Amino acid sequence: MAEILVLVDHADGAVKKVTLELLTKARALGTPSAVFIGAGYDKASEKLAEYGAAKVYVAEDGELDAYVTAPKAELLAKLVADTGAAAVLVPATAEGKEVAARLAIKTGSGVLTDAVDVSADLIAEQSIFGGSTVAHSKVTQGTPIIAMRPNATAPEAVPAAAERVEVSVELTDAAKLAKVVEKVVLPKGDRPELTEASIVVSGGRGVGSGENFAIIEKLADALGAAVGASRAAVDAGWYPHQAQVGQTGKTVSPQLYIAAGISGAIQHRAGMQTSKTIVAINKDEEAPIFELADYGVIGDLFKVVPQVTEEILKRK
Amino acid sequence: MKIVVCVKQVPDTEAEKRLLPDTLTVDRESSNPVLNEMDEFAIEEALKLAEAHGGEVTVLTMGPDGADAAVRKALSMGADAGILLTDPALAGSDAVATSYALAQALGTTEYDLVILGSEASDARTSLVPAMLAERLGLPQLTFASKVEIDGTDITVNRLTDYGHDVVKAQLPAVVSVVEKINEPRYPSFKGIMAAKKKPVAQLDTAAAGIDAALVGAGAAATAVVDAAQRPPRTAGVKVSDDGDGGVKLAEFLSAKKFI
Ligand SMILES: Cc1cc2nc3c(=O)[nH]c(=O)nc-3n(C[C@H](O)[C@H](O)[C@H](O)COP(=O)(O)OP(=O)(O)OC[C@H]3O[C@@H](n4cnc5c(N)ncnc54)[C@H](O)[C@@H]3O)c2cc1C
Ligand SMILES: Nc1ncnc2c1ncn2[C@@H]1O[C@H](COP(=O)(O)O)[C@@H](O)[C@H]1O
Repeated sequence: MAEILVLVDHADGAVKKVTLELLTKARALGTPSAVFIGAGYDKASEKLAEYGAAKVYVAEDGELDAYVTAPKAELLAKLVADTGAAAVLVPATAEGKEVAARLAIKTGSGVLTDAVDVSADLIAEQSIFGGSTVAHSKVTQGTPIIAMRPNATAPEAVPAAAERVEVSVELTDAAKLAKVVEKVVLPKGDRPELTEASIVVSGGRGVGSGENFAIIEKLADALGAAVGASRAAVDAGWYPHQAQVGQTGKTVSPQLYIAAGISGAIQHRAGMQTSKTIVAINKDEEAPIFELADYGVIGDLFKVVPQVTEEILKRK
Repeated sequence: MKIVVCVKQVPDTEAEKRLLPDTLTVDRESSNPVLNEMDEFAIEEALKLAEAHGGEVTVLTMGPDGADAAVRKALSMGADAGILLTDPALAGSDAVATSYALAQALGTTEYDLVILGSEASDARTSLVPAMLAERLGLPQLTFASKVEIDGTDITVNRLTDYGHDVVKAQLPAVVSVVEKINEPRYPSFKGIMAAKKKPVAQLDTAAAGIDAALVGAGAAATAVVDAAQRPPRTAGVKVSDDGDGGVKLAEFLSAKKFI
């Protein structure tokens, strides 16, 4: 069976859940080969084996991480040529899509973004227009490149050999034009990652201040949830931008999404309306968020959120 | 400094978007076309850089005949000139073809910096900026929340999953901006009047040196096989908090097995 290249998403070897989802999908399409770029492979190898990587192409050369996306695309282009892979799967993150974009130009291939599923004949299911339309699409030229949305597949552990294959690429000058001179890493905390979480609790302008986000966090912790925020809350500096849910933030699709003090602007809905169950807490009964809420509480979040948190802790 | 801003005309953000059942392309007729919101941030950043460093801002759009409305809006915000790349052969171009067409159109003008939005609100692919950088062989400074220029040095903060990267390069470069970067200005009445007199050059594929066989629906590297609209989400239960809203919500969560 042909190889399916899976670009590993990791932080210094800590493999992101989306990678396990991609390996699971890749198994239905061919033989999954993980592509690990950067430092920390020792930490990653076990997970990749557990979730079915038959091979892992490992490129630990620090240069690959020192410039914006282009080096990764060059390495993948080389692997596509060398392996004759049938498809390349990348996570539909900002970085994943940019690697896909450059790879597409290099290999003369089409790219499909925001896939939530892909079938054995490489037809991708896409959730578009903020989830209001489901489309099936295919790549008609080159080696299909498919960017898969996190949290769309349940990862299944099916162990494989994860045979390590060292790879390297002689970077062109063009790949070394945008140099990363500093990486600013914000503290992450212990909560689940937004795009991976099965429950997300988000706060908006109604939360009123950064300190007040503590009540959102308490509810999130009671549920084992990730914390999200509307753009208004992020712009006000109450919560970091990585927590932004919406058109220009993260797209989340958890089992449960709780929006507190969020009006439900179209740009916010675009990032959360495929959530399985939606709960809204808002004091304005006309707030558009109620149009898509399975359960809406019209009320003051400063009363409702602490009360529901307390109830949950009591019932646990 | 010469700055070109790539802008796209898209269906109104607030409108329900859909694919046309016969061609499976975005229905652009049933709602008002508007300038992609994110591109207003790109225009604003270009205007600010030109104000700070001296220079000219040209807006470039590829789109149907009426797409010059997006260009006019940019001109009324303060951009100096426009280029409208329009040709029936371009209809149905995907991101791969769009980036090729824009790269060719850029070849007809001079520039030190190309600024784009980081995402168009219609298809939301975020592919064009990185593709354009790849095609032009220029530094890719995308998802910028801050841009600084000093002579030919350019430094941006690139938003990432973990915080941000500080990225340095030399001009000419390709930048895409996020909506955190600035507050776009509103066109003034004077700006709107002045825009009417500003030059907008119209290019077709031949004038831009575009091989028509490489663009349009026929050349697309991807194809939609089928599409269906999901039934819209409907509102469920709505309760008013009479002192026990939190308790009721906990009951709902419990019934749904979230607790
Ligand atoms: C290019 C572009 C991209 C964008 N991308 C995003 C994006 O990715 N994500 C995003 O979220 N937005 C995005 N936006 C912004 C979006 O248009 C809205 O401005 C934003 O979502 C509003 O945030 P909000 O709901 O928190 O604030 P508001 O709209 O101000 O709503 C606050 C809500 O809180 C309620 N409230 C106030 N006090 C209380 C209280 N005590 N108890 C209960 N309820 C209370 C109010 O009734 C109101 O409904 C984008 C906009 C643009 C132009
Ligand atoms: N047809 C077009 N004409 C000009 N610029 C475009 C066009 N399509 C996309 N762009 C630019 O590329 C950005 C990202 O678009 P996209 O990759 O389609 O999400 C937009 O914000 C625009 O700046």
